[in-house]
Amino acid sequence: MAHYTITIDETGETYRCSDQETLLVGMEKLGKQGIPVGCRGGGCGVCKIEVVAGDYTKRRMSREYVSEEDEAAHRVLACRVRPAGNMVLRVIGLMKKNVCRQAE
Amino acid sequence: MAMNGVLRPGHAALRVLDLEEAVNFYGNVLGLQETGRDKQWRVYFKAWDERDHNSVVIREADKAGIDFFAFKVDGKKTLEKLDADLRAYGVSTERIPAGEMLETGERVRFQVPSGHMIELYAEKKDVGNGISYVNPDPWSAASEKGIAPTRLDHCLLYGPDIEKVQKLFEEVLGFYLVEHIVLEDNKTDLAIWLSTSIKAHDIAFVRHPEPGKLHHVAFLLDSWERVLRAADLMSMNHVSIDIGPTRHGVTRGTTIYAFDPSGNRFETFCGGYQTYPDHQPLKWTMDEVGTGIFYHDRKLNDRFLSVVT
Ligand code: FES
Ligand SMILES: [Fe+2]
Repeated sequence: MAHYTITIDETGETYRCSDQETLLVGMEKLGKQGIPVGCRGGGCGVCKIEVVAGDYTKRRMSREYVSEEDEAAHRVLACRVRPAGNMVLRVIGLMKKNVCRQAE
Repeated sequence: MAMNGVLRPGHAALRVLDLEEAVNFYGNVLGLQETGRDKQWRVYFKAWDERDHNSVVIREADKAGIDFFAFKVDGKKTLEKLDADLRAYGVSTERIPAGEMLETGERVRFQVPSGHMIELYAEKKDVGNGISYVNPDPWSAASEKGIAPTRLDHCLLYGPDIEKVQKLFEEVLGFYLVEHIVLEDNKTDLAIWLSTSIKAHDIAFVRHPEPGKLHHVAFLLDSWERVLRAADLMSMNHVSIDIGPTRHGVTRGTTIYAFDPSGNRFETFCGGYQTYPDHQPLKWTMDEVGTGIFYHDRKLNDRFLSVVT
């Protein structure tokens, strides 16, 4: 099991996430904030992020919220993505406003 | 009270992102019984104490959510009458032939103004609950497997025009309003709970800009203790929990909201008072909406109004 450093671009928040864990659950487990938490199953779209840098693996996510173009441009759901290296990401989901306000 | 017309929720058809993962979840974690698979690759389940062949049907798709929610009616005559009544009311209906769903009779399908597909049907094969119809035992091994709810209980759907939905359910299908949340204007409802029985709700709607969304499908447990046992099983199985165990102010039910592996919210629900069509509806105001939804927290979580599939 490998651990990587995840950086949330807007807030500068960083956390360590294992390659066995999704970006979202890895963040939550450490009591960190930044990515909005919804269903954790790739269905609701609230955890949408843009991967600015870094490698990852992914599972199927709802086409309702992630188009093929999104996926190709690394706009993905944090609850369906596991790190395969250090990553930098930006939060772009619908609830972004709520969470960034809380995190400030 | 005579039970006639629309009897109860009959089946929910859900979309999942990974079929085998969902089969494991619904079968082994929630503890429903798999009752069949069809040529469209749909998988059928029922809760242990349900007698009809199926109440949950899942299929793999590229998005999560609900395809349709159905009610059983008390006979073929009622089905014909309600189909005619719906058409007379201006709702177009579609007949889906018997057998299109395993062991299920002809269905009448229609869309309600919130964007959801609702179905009515009169016949589904009685496969029993595994306990004899003569001198029955109170429970069986199946009632202890996984969370093991006794039945599909209700659903909460999100979409626009819920006042039109309410009118249709009341005027054509014979439902009645049990509770509602009224917005600050003291006129418009944010949410409505409707019953076709003496249950505090058989279906509920929340006003929401996007049509056709699923908030949750609920399964009934017999006691608060079983709700706590469900919470333990969820944690043991790494199920994504939304909130709970807690109580709803609305309906008084005890509850956990959690998500299936594709992000569809489900509820393990116990209690809820009994109601009758002559009861005055209970009203909640926006300053107490948190108490209405989550009685102990007394506030909504971020997810209640925004996380749907
Ligand atoms: S939290 Fe729902 S899609 Fe990620
Ligand atoms: Fe519910």
